[in-house]
Amino acid sequence: MLDYAWLMLLFPALGTLIISLFGTRLGKRAVSILAPAMVFLSFVVAVAAFVSLLGLPVDERSREVTLWRWMVVGNFSVDAALLLDQLSITMALAVTCVGFLIHVYSAGYMHDDERVPRYFAFLNLFILAMLTLVLANNYLLLFVGWEGVGLVSYLLIGFWFEKPAAADAGKKAFIVNRVGDFGLLLAIMFIWTGIGSLRFADVFALAPQVWPAGSAVVGAVTLLMLLASTGKSAQIPLYVWLPDAMEGPTPVSALIHAATMVTAGVYMIARSAVLFDLAPASGNWVAWVGVLTAFFAGTIALTQTDLKRILAYSTVSQLGFMFIAVGVGAYAAGIFHLVTHAFFKALLFLSAGSVMHALNGELDIRKMGNLRVKLPTTYWTFLVGAAALAGIPLFSGFFSKDAILFAAFEKQLPVWIIGVITAFITALYSFRMVFVTFWGQERDRRLFNHAHESPRVVTIPLIILAVGAVLTGYIGLPAISAIDGWLAPAFHPAGAAAETHSVALELILLVVSGLIALAGVFAAYQAYMVDPDLPKRVRASLGRVGRLVENKYYIDEIYDMFVVNPLRDLGGWLGGVFDRRGIDGAVNGLAGVTGWLGAQARRLQTGMVGLYALAMLFGAVALLAWLATR
Amino acid sequence: MNQFPLLSVITLLPLVGGLILLALPGARLQKWWALGVSLATFVISCLLFVWWKAGEAGMQFVERLPWVPQFNIQYYLGVDGLSLFLVLLTTFLTVLVILFSWEGVEQQLKPFLALLLLLETGMIGVFVALDLVLFYAFWELSLIPMYFLIGGWGDAHGTYNFLGRTLSWRVYAALKFFLYTFAGSALMLVAILVLYIRGGTFDLLALQQIGLAPNLQFWLFLAFGLAFAIKVPLFPFHTWLPDAHVEAPTAGSVILASVLLKMGTYGFVRFCLPLFPDASRQLGPWIAALAIVGILYGALVALVQKDVKSLVAYSSVAHLGFVMLGIFALNAQGVAGATLQMVNHGLSTGALFLMVGMLYNRRHTRLLADFGGLWKQIPIYGFLFLIVALSSAGLPGLNGFVGEFNILLGAFQMNRAYAVFGTLGIILAAWYLLVAVRQMLHGPLNKAENMAVRDLNVREIVTLAPIILLFFVIGLFPNLFFDKINPSAQAVVDALNRPQPIVSMAVDSER
Repeated sequence: MLDYAWLMLLFPALGTLIISLFGTRLGKRAVSILAPAMVFLSFVVAVAAFVSLLGLPVDERSREVTLWRWMVVGNFSVDAALLLDQLSITMALAVTCVGFLIHVYSAGYMHDDERVPRYFAFLNLFILAMLTLVLANNYLLLFVGWEGVGLVSYLLIGFWFEKPAAADAGKKAFIVNRVGDFGLLLAIMFIWTGIGSLRFADVFALAPQVWPAGSAVVGAVTLLMLLASTGKSAQIPLYVWLPDAMEGPTPVSALIHAATMVTAGVYMIARSAVLFDLAPASGNWVAWVGVLTAFFAGTIALTQTDLKRILAYSTVSQLGFMFIAVGVGAYAAGIFHLVTHAFFKALLFLSAGSVMHALNGELDIRKMGNLRVKLPTTYWTFLVGAAALAGIPLFSGFFSKDAILFAAFEKQLPVWIIGVITAFITALYSFRMVFVTFWGQERDRRLFNHAHESPRVVTIPLIILAVGAVLTGYIGLPAISAIDGWLAPAFHPAGAAAETHSVALELILLVVSGLIALAGVFAAYQAYMVDPDLPKRVRASLGRVGRLVENKYYIDEIYDMFVVNPLRDLGGWLGGVFDRRGIDGAVNGLAGVTGWLGAQARRLQTGMVGLYALAMLFGAVALLAWLATR
Repeated sequence: MNQFPLLSVITLLPLVGGLILLALPGARLQKWWALGVSLATFVISCLLFVWWKAGEAGMQFVERLPWVPQFNIQYYLGVDGLSLFLVLLTTFLTVLVILFSWEGVEQQLKPFLALLLLLETGMIGVFVALDLVLFYAFWELSLIPMYFLIGGWGDAHGTYNFLGRTLSWRVYAALKFFLYTFAGSALMLVAILVLYIRGGTFDLLALQQIGLAPNLQFWLFLAFGLAFAIKVPLFPFHTWLPDAHVEAPTAGSVILASVLLKMGTYGFVRFCLPLFPDASRQLGPWIAALAIVGILYGALVALVQKDVKSLVAYSSVAHLGFVMLGIFALNAQGVAGATLQMVNHGLSTGALFLMVGMLYNRRHTRLLADFGGLWKQIPIYGFLFLIVALSSAGLPGLNGFVGEFNILLGAFQMNRAYAVFGTLGIILAAWYLLVAVRQMLHGPLNKAENMAVRDLNVREIVTLAPIILLFFVIGLFPNLFFDKINPSAQAVVDALNRPQPIVSMAVDSER
């Protein structure tokens, strides 16, 4: 079965091709069936590949499938080839499973849109690009998927391109991502010049021999990868595009900007575990970027009033947790949180989409309230998602976040402390959403009266995702963690000994995590149910700091002032002043001098350029003749 | 070697076809005739690809006849991996350009088409000539039709005060184009004569073996290099390009950007590197530095253009900067990548100019501010424009990426800093192209003129489809091309690194 893994890519590729060429002729109905079907087939292939991988002995669970020789130039060569191992299959399963559910949901959600075929062509293309990213066996093919998902993200954020905000947000996403891609491209060049191959297997086998641990080159490579990851995974300093990305259709926010694409950076760092192990300093950077992003984005999430934006900042914050994990070397914990987050965040976004659908597009939580009466199914699924996000014991996020915090506790105590504070904030904003949106009194009676539960094509994916948001936690139960043992060989092909944890310590920290989450929920209940004036008083006491947070630390404005505008001004000056007055002025001056000198010979000048050319040729021939007869 | 003079047929067929065209009556017949001639030339040129001897670095399909025996001038043609795809690009794009010009050229259609065919002969000749005099003749031959195309069929208005005289912009642009290029080639002619004095022959391959003193190499390199640098154009010789591109009719812009500029970059690979290896190594880092300036410069200026055609024109400066960077990386990845990138740029930028022209034919404006929301009105156009823009921005999976990546990989091996700056150019490319997409296709469709624009017709789709297909073929299967480019590129690089023969004074055996 593993040799047929390319089928996983073929189905969404066919879907994209068929829909983009014939989509409008096929019609909405056919397209809404075809696109999810293609992703479902991919999911089936992924499951089959997973099963056959399970059937193999542990040291054989890594198979490469070469599709074709991509390019050979001099001593540089790279194939279009897939790598099937524990990590890539785990990712592929998450991508196709969540991807399929979101396709189904989209069929209902996008039903009234006039551009359904285009939407599904893009969505299929996304699955293709994301699978290319996670299944590639070398860095260059990974890069194809990496830019591919960025492209689809651009297309789908700007799907409603008539809206200037959406069009601008899409453009911003692509360009900011390219800043990150700059880092990845350079890292790839470093790797190839150092090792002579881009194939993962070669790179990870040779890197420890070529690059001593802590050497400058491997440090540069890993830091460049970190830069790339901050772009794709929306971390400081390149996270700015993700909140704006919420201009896209809500299922897109769920699929691309929460569950899959944004986790690509985490995946790449985990995939490059061997390199990051050689560069401990870079690992520290990753962890610190992660924890600071988690904290800052968490604080911003507390102040936002747009439901999707809260979720967007929450995504940035949760990705920060994953960065902590891969930064401190707990790769399996990072991927574990990636998978649980994919389910519960997709669930939260799709539930938010259902709310939005019910309220005629309204996303401001200040106009909601008491919606659990009107949207019972959506309420329960949102509640499950929020519980998982907050890390309430026994929900999936609880286990995966705890695994990360435990690893941080062992490696980097300061990171753990900020991480725990952020976990509290997470619980606080999660249940702020629940209480303000679904509990209390309705705030806008007109909206409330018109609210209605979504159709089944929307709610059934929600229910399935809710089940997943609970169950995925149990593949990583502490002490007996299945995912840890399953994934470990992928990170350390040499077969490093698994570290032994103190079970007692892990359990103590588990209890601490649970209490922190519950404290966050309690605080949210106090602030938004019992004493609704409390947030205002807190806000007032914060003064300028509060305004700083509300304005998202003015990061967008700072970028505009120091990067975007100066570059544009420079371009204007170069094209307008430098070219026209500088270079052209000099050339014209030269021509003027020539003209003055040539005034004597004016009669010879007929002004016919063709004649000049002819004269030139004659002159040349005469010169030749002279040379020959000399 | 070959009995059949394939290269002569490819080179001269358009010229003969163009002359016959002059005798044909009626626009309809003229158009079909021109299309037929260019199509026949393209089909025949494909035989080069089919009959290609794989793995060979040297010249193929060689034709060699004495021409002016007194001066040892020969009619000497041949192609290798460096020129093969440029020949194919020329024949391919000429067909599409004629197809594009089916409508829109109302006046003087006959000379217009004849000039296009004459231009084709000149361009192919430049890429296949192996005798320096023959090369120079074709080089100048390609200059003249382009001058008339810009000056005669350009579509912009306004005047320019040139040294106290008032010229229309398009005449100014044509004159500027001509004078720049001609100034460059004058020095090249002198250098060719010096080479003849030294080597006693105009045979390019023989001249590569004579071994010139480094000092002489330096000056000859500069003389050739100036002609090529103006053509490319390398910063700071680029200011003729935006004017010429913007003023030229669409067909002229396409040919100018896609093929004519490649004569410069090709010249560097074909002449400067093998003839002046020491000078190339000595000057390489400086030229690469200018190339990088061009990459960033072109991109930043493109970013603020208000006219989409000049945006594309400045993007050419940036893209050709990449090609130059690859050539002067002086290694296999750089040279092969640059060779492929010449073709890629020809396709991507050619398609961009075609699409800008298609829109211009409908709206008679090229100002970004006049558009907006067009994707809603003309979805096929929007979809294809996006693909073309992404190809130009070097999206992996499409053609541009393969060339740019190898160029950067080559530059990285020479000097990491060069690769860093070059890679910055890739970020900027996405920026200015997406700005164009944002202004033209996205946003609300709120201008009355735009609401009546028709989508592409079948002829226009047929014009663009083969280019777009090639984007994917090159992006996904670049080895189809690298297979043929590699041996020749490797030979150029090897020759650069081979110790040069000691300079001998007595090379007069021929005379």
